[in-house]
Amino acid sequence: MAQSGRRDAPELPDFSLLKRLARDQLIYLLEQLPGRKDLFIDADLMSPLDRIANVTTLKQHEVDKLYKVELKPIVSTADQLCFLIRPRIQTVKWISDVVNLDKAAGRLRRYKIIFTPQKFYACEAVLEEQGVFGDVTCDEWAFYLLPLDDDIISLELPEFFRENFLEGDQRWVGAAGGALRLIHSLYGPFSKVYGIGQCAKMVYESWREQVEDGEQKTQQPEIGNVFLIDRDVDFITPLCSQVVYEGLVDDIFRIKCGSVEFGPEVTSSDKSIKVMLNSQDKVFNEIRNEHFSNVFGFLSQKARNLQTAYDKRRGMDIQQMKAFVSEELKGLKQEHRLLSLHIGASECIMKKKTKQDFQELLKTEHSLLEGFEVRECVSFIEEHINRQISMIDSLRLLCLLSLTENGLLPKDYRSLKAQYLQSYGIEHLLTFSNLKQMGLLVEQQPGETLTVMESKVGKLVNDKTAGKLTDAFSSLAKKSNFRALSKRLVLIPKSGEEYDLRVPRDMAYIFSGAYVPLSCKLIEQVLERDGWTGLEEITRMLNGHEFAVSGGANGTESRIKADSQRIVLVMFLGGCTYSEISALRFLGRERGYKFIVVTTAITNSGRLLEALLDNHP
Amino acid sequence: MAFVTANWNPLGEAFYRKTELYEMGWNLKDGLRDCLLAAAPYGGPIGKSELTISLFKKIYIHIFITSSCIFLSLQWKSGVVRQLGWTVCDDLLCIQEDGTVLIYDLFGSFKRHFSMGNEVGQSQVVEAKVFHSPYGTGVAIVTGASRFTLATNIDDLKLRRLPEVPGLQGAPTCWAVLTQDRQSKVLVANGGDLFILDYTACTAVNPPGLSPQASSIVHMCVSFSYKYLALFTDSGHVWMGSANLKEKLSEVETKVRNPPKQMAWCRRPKSRQPSVVIMWDRHLLVVGEGKDTISYHLEDDSILVPEMDGVRIINGTNHELLQEVPASCEEIFKIASMAPGALLLEAHKEYEKESQKADEYLREIKEQGLLAEAVRQCVEAAGHEQEAETQKTLLRAASFGKCFLSNFPPELFVIMCRDLRVLNAVRDYTVGIPLTHTQFKQMTVQVLIDRLVYRKLYPLAIEICRYLKTPEYQGVSRVLKHWACCKVQQKEESDEVIARTISLKLGEAAGISYSEIATKAYECGRTELAIKLLEFEPRSGEQVPLLLKMKRSQLALSKAIESGDTDLVYTVVTYLKNEMNRGDFFMTLRNQPVALSLYRQFCKHQEQDTLKDLFNQDDDHQELGNFYVKASYKEKRLEARVAHLQSAVDEYNKAKNEFAAKTTEEEMRLLRFQKKLEEEKGESLVGFSLHDTLRTLLAVGLHKHAEQLYKDFKVPDKRFWWLKLTALAEKEDWEELEKFAKSKKSPIGYLPFVEVCVKHHNKYEAKKYVSRVTPEQKVKAHLAVGDMEGAADAAIERRNEGEISTILSRCSPTTDRALVERLNRAKSTAAKK
Repeated sequence: MAQSGRRDAPELPDFSLLKRLARDQLIYLLEQLPGRKDLFIDADLMSPLDRIANVTTLKQHEVDKLYKVELKPIVSTADQLCFLIRPRIQTVKWISDVVNLDKAAGRLRRYKIIFTPQKFYACEAVLEEQGVFGDVTCDEWAFYLLPLDDDIISLELPEFFRENFLEGDQRWVGAAGGALRLIHSLYGPFSKVYGIGQCAKMVYESWREQVEDGEQKTQQPEIGNVFLIDRDVDFITPLCSQVVYEGLVDDIFRIKCGSVEFGPEVTSSDKSIKVMLNSQDKVFNEIRNEHFSNVFGFLSQKARNLQTAYDKRRGMDIQQMKAFVSEELKGLKQEHRLLSLHIGASECIMKKKTKQDFQELLKTEHSLLEGFEVRECVSFIEEHINRQISMIDSLRLLCLLSLTENGLLPKDYRSLKAQYLQSYGIEHLLTFSNLKQMGLLVEQQPGETLTVMESKVGKLVNDKTAGKLTDAFSSLAKKSNFRALSKRLVLIPKSGEEYDLRVPRDMAYIFSGAYVPLSCKLIEQVLERDGWTGLEEITRMLNGHEFAVSGGANGTESRIKADSQRIVLVMFLGGCTYSEISALRFLGRERGYKFIVVTTAITNSGRLLEALLDNHP
Repeated sequence: MAFVTANWNPLGEAFYRKTELYEMGWNLKDGLRDCLLAAAPYGGPIGKSELTISLFKKIYIHIFITSSCIFLSLQWKSGVVRQLGWTVCDDLLCIQEDGTVLIYDLFGSFKRHFSMGNEVGQSQVVEAKVFHSPYGTGVAIVTGASRFTLATNIDDLKLRRLPEVPGLQGAPTCWAVLTQDRQSKVLVANGGDLFILDYTACTAVNPPGLSPQASSIVHMCVSFSYKYLALFTDSGHVWMGSANLKEKLSEVETKVRNPPKQMAWCRRPKSRQPSVVIMWDRHLLVVGEGKDTISYHLEDDSILVPEMDGVRIINGTNHELLQEVPASCEEIFKIASMAPGALLLEAHKEYEKESQKADEYLREIKEQGLLAEAVRQCVEAAGHEQEAETQKTLLRAASFGKCFLSNFPPELFVIMCRDLRVLNAVRDYTVGIPLTHTQFKQMTVQVLIDRLVYRKLYPLAIEICRYLKTPEYQGVSRVLKHWACCKVQQKEESDEVIARTISLKLGEAAGISYSEIATKAYECGRTELAIKLLEFEPRSGEQVPLLLKMKRSQLALSKAIESGDTDLVYTVVTYLKNEMNRGDFFMTLRNQPVALSLYRQFCKHQEQDTLKDLFNQDDDHQELGNFYVKASYKEKRLEARVAHLQSAVDEYNKAKNEFAAKTTEEEMRLLRFQKKLEEEKGESLVGFSLHDTLRTLLAVGLHKHAEQLYKDFKVPDKRFWWLKLTALAEKEDWEELEKFAKSKKSPIGYLPFVEVCVKHHNKYEAKKYVSRVTPEQKVKAHLAVGDMEGAADAAIERRNEGEISTILSRCSPTTDRALVERLNRAKSTAAKK
């Protein structure tokens, strides 16, 4: 499949520069506190930090001991403490407690807080309130972007999703704008920026403002187009089970910051092994975008090839053997190791996923997407809840049902919720309240659904006004009318036809040919049309806030033809899934684009729903 | 032109010249007698203003510009002034006897004051000095109690009381401030003894090679750069050396024994020799390395103002500059000079006379290959001349010489022409800044513009910025901003007019901050004008701080939200929280959802109770209910937990959320039930979900209680059956399971029984239930227990092609041949159908 793409796809810009910049700045900040010091790091900054500067580098700059921020009293004996944290109130409060404890004990230390990617006024306010503002120095480490792979950059801000979309707290918008500015200054100027969603619009504006502050650069652009998209434009895609290899690995083993820890059941030893999953891993690179059903075939083919390569040694003379050992063997061994790991992982996935339960789960998902046999789906979900199979999966199915059906029937809404609470406890009342607020799990308008009402009203007036009424009704519904959307955008391929997953014909292959991800389809359509013309109804159903702005730079003909115009940066605000990345890669190969995905964090159905849980105090 | 050298006097190897800068127009009746006078020097690391000031009979303070027209008069109402001085930013310092220092700006308006220490009050300031260092403007005083106090930077006031000087009674004979090793020190002479005072110690020092006849040092002066020191002794000797007192440069006998009135170093960068100007009442003496001196007679009382490249002499009628003649000027103008520059000047003169001698001169220079050097000399010399005519002549000569050179870089000439144009403009009588080219280069254009702005010479400043093509941001825009700040202070004009004038003039300039101008307007008490001006500010974020200051908090909040900067929003919210009463504060937030959610976030972590109040205010019962539910989970005690839940129920009822209310009520019941059971049976149950409670009960065999729960809470049959089935299978209580299966018709069918048994590896038990499975699921059931025959029978009976295929796919080579054939046959008949 990988070979079917166009040959002339442009080269991706080099993003390792981002890492270097971040590292240099961090070192500079550490040097600002001369002498030996202990470093406390926020737990969720550990992995990203590891990708920027390893322990040796930190030690070189007089970091003595490293601690994880655990919000407990500290045991450090150092005279200087440095805290590397996200700007969160709890953490800052904890630091204030540390300082105050030292004060009470008459202990003199120097404290420095490095906020990343920026500090918030609220944090300083806490320091002030706790009376330690003068005792600590604050700095900002503008570590906005972490390149996870050649084409994936993450802001590593998982809280963006909940805070922005649920709590309505827009404090991260500036950070996203800052990230965009950084990319713009290094790889811009952009010639066109598209976007959809309220947050996307705000990020765009925040970025414009920041650019106006600085000076415009006139360099050769490396990235031509930018597409900003809010996660709440498309909730369906991230809620579907992933069946592409990389997505599956993420669903089952949880990829963290581009690396995954395979447990004993994969490594078939008693140790866990950490593996980086990116394009450097040749085996992985070839299977990451494949539908899982192809992966085994590929891996066994690979194993055979490897064997042949090993077999070459037979009948070699000494000289050839020497060359083989020095040149090929190491690569083969490496490949061998990775291959066995991926085979182990695949086996593990097989074990979990080929169970009947999973097949039925997938079937239900597909029925929901198609809007087919919905009653059966409801009873499946009910059983799923009753048998307490999986807290998150049940919730996921409920949300999918609500999103595709434009809300649950009042009867179902109450009974399913009640059953869920019986299974998992009343604290999920809060979870449901959150889901309702997000429009993920809602009740249909009591009495009549919109469609029924529409048809009734439609009978009373003539056809022309009825069309308008339809529009009016669809905009009345707060969230997407998925059925109408999927019809207009042809998101559901015709059923009945055999879908050959080995030779995918569209992006639907990432969901076994059952569904083209809405987010990616939008991107495709907008790039094709060079804007939103002709998509007016669709944007209305998606709650609007779309925009398309030319970058102001004199976009002459010659420029438009340049390679950079075919490099498209897609920024997901609120997270994106590996499946979506796979779909975009596929789209890129088909159309000769190269997509760079910038996301606030990599997400999947589990992470997305866990962020909305409110079950723990 | 011809008499360029007329005012030159030789001293050793160098020449000194005294040029008149201005004729003083200040009509002083008494001359400069009986007044304090401080001229801001210019030079040093930062530029200063050249203003003169005199205090008449201690009643009026006049501020003059150097060309001496009265700039401003100010009636003095405060205490006795001991010393006047100028800061680096053109502010006037008046040091009073009681140690208070008052600061006025150029226009005589009072800015602020500070004190040199409490102890000064009684002993009084005897003498004070204002000095400039890289750290700013400093003040040093000596009190009647012979103690020195020093502040290195008056903008960052840190008073240092210096140690006592041994044996010093009353005022010292003379003293000076030095800046050495990043520290300001005081050099004191007490009779013949010399001491250096730093912050910690008082060290006696000895100037090397001081003539033995001297018994007392009566005057001293430090050079502009703090590198050199000159001492005048009672024997009439002048000792010159380095300021660290390690090196002696020379010692000259002046034959005058009475102490001089003033003494100043007269040096320039790349000076040929150290020289000091000494002034007595009517006598001025320049001493250098050798025995020679230059002597001038003074008509009037004068003061000396040391500069980086000379000394300015100011008296009642004249303003003159005394300096060592710069090398390039000397080479060109010295009589009978054969330097290339001199020859080039000559050549040009002949050329203008249309004489062929021009060619001869030119040839002579060219033959030596010194034409470029000649041009350079002429350009440089032009820079050092004050007279426009002389400058022109020299530049013309340079331009003439340049014609015969290829590859001569033009910048030198172009820049000099530009600089001179600017210099001549500011030297003009009406502006009165007599800068030399060396000073100008040292102080930079930026500072010059600042100085013009301080004097409100906006048009000139803008002209200069445009002429020098200074980037708008640092140049024109900056000047305009100052202009606007000044404009808003004009009380006689209406707000409307001023706002319009300002926007008209500033409209297109880049990098203007309207908020700064508005701030100024507000400081002058013109709030309305400030608001008008803020409207011109394109960045809404910039408007916020001022709006807050003006107590327009509502407006500030909406502007902050508009800016999209949450930090700013938060700043305003915190401000409002402290300013307003709670009710109003909440009302304000209610109208601004962005601010509200931001504040909620903060409260969630910091102030739970405020959060509750917020919801209360909004009558948001749903959220209040959620709040109580959440709170209940933080409680350990059951009673408190139930109490919270009861509150939640009330709120949910108010919110008309029956579902939530009912569920919460049930939860309360469940909790009580769990608690009771826990006490009775010792099983830990509290906090479990209904499902988990049931499972636990079943697992430990409390079937009765489970049944009760099942009935009380109307658990769906399906759930209960599943639960019981799995619980019994887990315990491997097959007997009980069988009983259960027979108790009544299973609502979940019997396939789950089969599957669960198989899962627990009990095929024997599983088979018991196969017969009770519905026909549709029979095949599955048979397959689950591994009964291929049975599965085949069931499938064939149902003639279901799909099921037959499923069985076939499960067949392995070990399966009975006959069975496979039977299946295949059945499949084909089923397919035919």
